[in-house]
Amino acid sequence: MANREATKTDILQGTLDLMVLQTVATLGPLHGYAIAARLQQVSGGALQLNMGTLYPGLMRLEQRGLVRATWGITDTNRKARFYAITAAGRKRLVTEKAEWEHMTSIMQTVLHDLG
Amino acid sequence: MATLREWMTRLWGTLGGSRRDRELEQELRLHLELAAADERRRANSVDGAARAATIRLGGVAHTMDALRDQQGFPQLGAALRDARYGLRALRRAPTFTAVALLTLAIGIGANTAVFSVVNSVLLNPLRYPKAEELVALRQIAPGAAGLANFIDGLRLSPSMYFTYAEQNRTFQSLGVWVTGTANVTGLAEPEQVRTVSISDGVLQVLSVPPAAGRWLSQADQVSRGPDPGSFFSGRSTTVILSYGYWQRHFGGDKSAIGRNITVDSRPREIVGVMPQGFRVVNAEFDLIVPLAFDRGRTILGGFQFQGIGRLKPGVPIAQANADLARLVPIWMDSWTNGAGSNGRVLETWRITPDIRPLKQQVVGNVSDVLWVVMATIAVVMLIACANVTNLLLVRAESRQQELAVRAALGAGWGRIVRGLLVESSMLGLMGGALGVVLADAGLRVLVAMSPANLPRLSEISLDTRALGFTAVLSLLSGFLLGLIPALKYAGPRISLALRSAGRTASVSRERHRARNILVIAQVAMAMVLLVCSGLMIRTFQALRTVEPGFTHAEQLQTMRISIPASLVAEPERVTRIQNEISNTLEAIPGVTSVGFASEMPMEGLAPNWNAILVEGKAYAAGEIPPLRLFKYVSPEFFHTAGTRIVAGRELTWTEVYGLRPVAMVSENLARELWGTPSAAIGKRFRQSQIGPWWEVIGVLQDVRENGIQEKAPLTVYWPTMMPNPFSPGETDVWRTETFAVRSDRTGTEPFINQLRQAVWSVNSNLPVAEVRTMQEVYDQSLARTSFTLVMLSIAGLMALALGIIGIYGVMSYGVSQRRREIGIRLALGAQQAMLKRMFVRHGLALTGIGVAIGLAAAVGLTRLMSSLLFGISPLDPLTYVAVPIVLGTAAVLASYLPACRAAKVDPVEALRAE
Repeated sequence: MANREATKTDILQGTLDLMVLQTVATLGPLHGYAIAARLQQVSGGALQLNMGTLYPGLMRLEQRGLVRATWGITDTNRKARFYAITAAGRKRLVTEKAEWEHMTSIMQTVLHDLG
Repeated sequence: MATLREWMTRLWGTLGGSRRDRELEQELRLHLELAAADERRRANSVDGAARAATIRLGGVAHTMDALRDQQGFPQLGAALRDARYGLRALRRAPTFTAVALLTLAIGIGANTAVFSVVNSVLLNPLRYPKAEELVALRQIAPGAAGLANFIDGLRLSPSMYFTYAEQNRTFQSLGVWVTGTANVTGLAEPEQVRTVSISDGVLQVLSVPPAAGRWLSQADQVSRGPDPGSFFSGRSTTVILSYGYWQRHFGGDKSAIGRNITVDSRPREIVGVMPQGFRVVNAEFDLIVPLAFDRGRTILGGFQFQGIGRLKPGVPIAQANADLARLVPIWMDSWTNGAGSNGRVLETWRITPDIRPLKQQVVGNVSDVLWVVMATIAVVMLIACANVTNLLLVRAESRQQELAVRAALGAGWGRIVRGLLVESSMLGLMGGALGVVLADAGLRVLVAMSPANLPRLSEISLDTRALGFTAVLSLLSGFLLGLIPALKYAGPRISLALRSAGRTASVSRERHRARNILVIAQVAMAMVLLVCSGLMIRTFQALRTVEPGFTHAEQLQTMRISIPASLVAEPERVTRIQNEISNTLEAIPGVTSVGFASEMPMEGLAPNWNAILVEGKAYAAGEIPPLRLFKYVSPEFFHTAGTRIVAGRELTWTEVYGLRPVAMVSENLARELWGTPSAAIGKRFRQSQIGPWWEVIGVLQDVRENGIQEKAPLTVYWPTMMPNPFSPGETDVWRTETFAVRSDRTGTEPFINQLRQAVWSVNSNLPVAEVRTMQEVYDQSLARTSFTLVMLSIAGLMALALGIIGIYGVMSYGVSQRRREIGIRLALGAQQAMLKRMFVRHGLALTGIGVAIGLAAAVGLTRLMSSLLFGISPLDPLTYVAVPIVLGTAAVLASYLPACRAAKVDPVEALRAE
């Protein structure tokens, strides 16, 4: 059986889903590499997504019906799977985003105001 | 919710219906290429760009693993992979797989088939609503001699029915019934049909609504004047049809209700039709007619009826027994056997209610047979499993290196065990699937053969419970099969195998131990089964040597002809017609003689028991002497049947027409009453204290009336027509007779047609029923024994074959493993003969231990089947000597062949092969 990098994946899971959803929500359908490249770019290189993390994550989102994948052609004329957000995905993005902001604001308060 | 959806897609993914690996891989490769291209652009170098991307992003293979985990359920997926791997492994060893599958399929198939029979016949409830409330009103009467037999106990009399039905406190309803035959005329050819006569209450007890029309009502049971053909029944005017009869004669037309049919020359109105498959307890019938007891003529006696009842909800059988026991003295006081007699004389009979669940009554003594067969077939399954386990052990041994390599490459112990178990479970399941096919075919054959005396035959089917049984059996056997090799070879010591397997020469004793134990167990179990079938064969032999009281049964054609009072009233005319029929039949070419009697031996008709008082013996007032079987015969009957005349002579027609008071007795009765058969001639007896005397003119050989296993009853043979012993001036005649025709043309269609035409040439209104040869009647009485014999012999032969294969397999594998050792021995000067002896001795030693264990087990177990045996003890010495000899011989043969191969080993080659 494959060795699973449980810890790393688990930490990322919640945030990864949110980041991927946000990316495809704002940029429209993207293939896997484009999503990774985009996340790396906006994070200023801090987020370097391993394939073993990205693709299972995409599959998970697909299985949950939050994104939909279709085969298409890239601008370099290669066949690739494009991931687009679904209506359910948008709804989830809104709630998750709200939750995340709520959470960060609490963390902010705890870490700074009490510090 | 999303989780359910994910779960579903993952399940789908596991089962292989989702995106292909190739597609996923394509996606990952694209990712890497794009990443490498970016890398190149950034670093402006070609070298190492792809490598860098791979390092940074993780390898394709690694990611694929993660993706596969996400795509399905990793555990389930692994099990499926194991299964796929197992299948491949099985396909690579086709001979092993075929042998193992076939063995399992036969074992599971046989078990499934027998379990279906047990399930349908013994376990499933009877097909009546709330069948658990139904009981048979059996009662025992140890003092009533032959009147109460072991199976039925003492049947009920009409007066008992009245008392029980009217005064009980524990039944919702109860009734009595009896089977019979009747002539139906006016529809097509005259036809003799099967009837069930019922009292009020029987249909209420069974609670099955009619398919059309209505039940018999209380009004139908009201007697309309006395019936001349019966002591206690009155005339009734209605009838219910069976579904089959309705279809055959009325094409299922509902307008049949309300029409009349002529039953025994009297019109009856059809009031209802019972649904398809409906039976009165175990009786199949064409017509149901009301008994219509004539209350005014009802006496104490007439114990001819079977009682059934429906208990009030929650009433236990013991309480119902107590309730009826309370009613027995009331019954004795309420009725008489005629003026001046006292019912209390029946106290000597010690009548005791012994109510049984109705199912027990229906199933009867078949349950013994079926459980014995089930047990033997289960043992066959164990032997089959032992064989397959042996095969798996051999296979596991040859795969030791493969397993060791897998373990060395990081497969855990549990993983390897799981692999082996999955593989053997697959064997079990596939064997089970094949087994169901075999069982289905077997059951079809069984139902087609329709072994007589197997009740509820039409209900036998592979239902869900039987299939569940098969599934559990297959999985369990598959699992257990794998367990022994798995524990033995996948254990922590597996790494040792890498060092030793494929190289070492001598095989340690320890490695053989499991297989030796399996062989011993197989031999022991085969021993038990062979002893069981041996005992059945001996039983059959013993039965064959019993003189039944008739000869050359295959040359005796029998048929039943009934002349109802409504057709011919006058007794002498009846006898004249019967006599004329005999003469006409005798004139048919090929017929040597003809006779008739109230019933042929073993026909299983309602027996007629009564007492006789012997001249010169004092009887107390009201004393009831022992009961004897009464039969009514024509002249020439014994000559035709081949019953030996021990002393005296047969009846003549002059005596019959002259109403001479003469009779014959059976040899056992003559010996009991007068010491010797010849002393009986000329002696006299009568039926009541004041009636006329009858003189004994002949003594006949004992006849096994109730089947070959049962003792010959003490019998009185009366003339078919005789003066009524109780009312002077009246003449009694037996109206329903079984005609016996001796000829070498029996059983052929033209002959039977000639017989029919001959009967109709005498009177065209007479149906000819139950045309069969005496051989069929005889075989039917042996049906239970022959069924058991066949089943046990099949089981025994399977056990023997499997046992031999087991010994052969172990011996020849041993030889192949010890080639090197044999080579060394030969090189050192061992003789070939000695080597052979060594192997045969090994086989014999295993067999010997197995036989010893088997003998001990057989002694204990065969006691359980003593009810099926006849004329031999469960410890029959011949069987216990013969079976070990057979097994021993088989074992010598099975080990001799491999031993020969061992002796032919070329030492040079054997040693070089390493």
